[in-house]
Amino acid sequence: MTAPLVVFFVLAALAVIGAVSLILQKHPIHSALSLIVVMVAIAGLYLLMGAEFVAAVQIIVYGGAIMVLFVFVIMLLNAGVEEHTNLSKMAGAPGLLLVLALAGFVAATVAKSGASVQATSQTGALSSTKGISEMVFKDFVYPFELTSFLILVAILGATVLAQREKS
Amino acid sequence: MRSLLAANAELVITIVKIVLLLFIVLTVNAYLTWFERKVVAHIQSRWGPHRVGPHGLLQPLADGMKFLFKEDPTPAGADKFVYYLAPLLALTLALTSIAIIPFGPEPIRLFGRDIYLGIAPPDLNIGILALFAITALGVYGVALAGWSSNSKYSLLGGLRSSAQMISYELSLTMSVVGVLLMAGSFNLRDIINAQARHPERGFFGWNVWPQILGFFCFFVAAIAETNRAPFDLPEAEQELVAGFNTEYASFKFAMFFIAEYTSMITVSCLCSIMFFGGWLSPFPASWTLTHYLPSVVLIPFGLWVIMDGVRYETIFGRMVLPVVGAAITALGALFVVVPSLNEFIQAPFWLLSKIFLFLFVYVWMRGTLPRFRYDQLMAFGWKLLLPVSIVNVILTSFVILMWGAK
Repeated sequence: MTAPLVVFFVLAALAVIGAVSLILQKHPIHSALSLIVVMVAIAGLYLLMGAEFVAAVQIIVYGGAIMVLFVFVIMLLNAGVEEHTNLSKMAGAPGLLLVLALAGFVAATVAKSGASVQATSQTGALSSTKGISEMVFKDFVYPFELTSFLILVAILGATVLAQREKS
Repeated sequence: MRSLLAANAELVITIVKIVLLLFIVLTVNAYLTWFERKVVAHIQSRWGPHRVGPHGLLQPLADGMKFLFKEDPTPAGADKFVYYLAPLLALTLALTSIAIIPFGPEPIRLFGRDIYLGIAPPDLNIGILALFAITALGVYGVALAGWSSNSKYSLLGGLRSSAQMISYELSLTMSVVGVLLMAGSFNLRDIINAQARHPERGFFGWNVWPQILGFFCFFVAAIAETNRAPFDLPEAEQELVAGFNTEYASFKFAMFFIAEYTSMITVSCLCSIMFFGGWLSPFPASWTLTHYLPSVVLIPFGLWVIMDGVRYETIFGRMVLPVVGAAITALGALFVVVPSLNEFIQAPFWLLSKIFLFLFVYVWMRGTLPRFRYDQLMAFGWKLLLPVSIVNVILTSFVILMWGAK
């Protein structure tokens, strides 16, 4: 086993363990911490693929900014341990089916596109900052701008909703 | 054994570098506390620490012993795992960030290998981004410490800290975009080299002049990010006892302390590298006489320490200080005698001088400025720093588009 492969399995295991623990943890802060582990592990996987810029941005934006906001809100609301109700019997069977379907779908996709995923990781389009910015600001400039517009609308909406009513 | 060493030479060198840098950074940290107490004391017309060792120079050692031997209670109702994790996280991330900083341009040739000063490889393309990624995670140490202690003062400190970090991280990142545009790279070495494009201008060729707005935003935001005065609301003594670290004692408290001082060093490194030319000399490249400046600083300082030492009131001081002074003088003389060594230390000398200057400014501000009120802090971050840094990005982009990055 080569060194990158070992690192890959360690990071992948961390990501999966983090994701499972995110669901199983009782306390919101512990769940948030698990999510941070997932984010950082995925950033490590990006780094392993040679996508340094994406890895750094993944940690700065998701690991840093967004998760800090999560933790902040959980602390601000002082959310306690969540209460578990008895699982609905109705939800069990369809849930299991859905899980199986999703797992099958993911497995099929990975099996089918294994070769092409490797090919894109080696072209290096995503590895350099220049390549990424050319993709975002040239090839996909309209979807990108539309997305930012959408986020702007969401910010404005949140501001309007949060505003105190004028007396 | 030999072949194993040869096969993993890169790994061995990196480990040696890490141990060496850790030793240096922790020592500097310890003496930074001494320096801060001395400077603040003199600002307030006091003497500062002066009992332990000559001029209080062994005070950091005494403090360290005290940290190690104090009782270490865990508060009732604390979330044990997170409570222990938080200081570890803060310290690890703070120390990791130092690894990205390059300390000199030229590699040393040892054992037939080029060894660069600094741990990260010299061609690290995401240099500054990697640093921001590490500091972005740094807030968790403080926030989680506040939450897990199960104390209202700690929680308020943690809350304030995370709110402050979220607000100032934006301007911190935006303020360096101008520098990145001028250098065309995230690599810290490239950023320094880009400032050497006018070797005859020296000091006036550095980024701080075209990027004066960016520097202002960066420095203020960086002070806020490191939770230092006048932005030290997360540990405001008058309101929150000690803020997020109220419930921490003994070495866990020391870990927060070391983390804070290490991030001060990182920020000072970044300021020097991004805006003040890193290891470049402030004098025009054609001036060769200035290369003796390290000796000009070291020899008189060493002589002064000797003079001061022989007149010192304690016997211990009379024994130690002259020896230290003689060592400093000898070092200064060595640089004069061996020109190749003198050439080599030029870059680290300037970088370290700049870092020292910024650390002094840090302490100076703490001794001078009163703390912000909370609403002032938020208004300052969102209504002044963020717009100014955005304007700086737009201005810089336009200038570079029109005239190129000169």
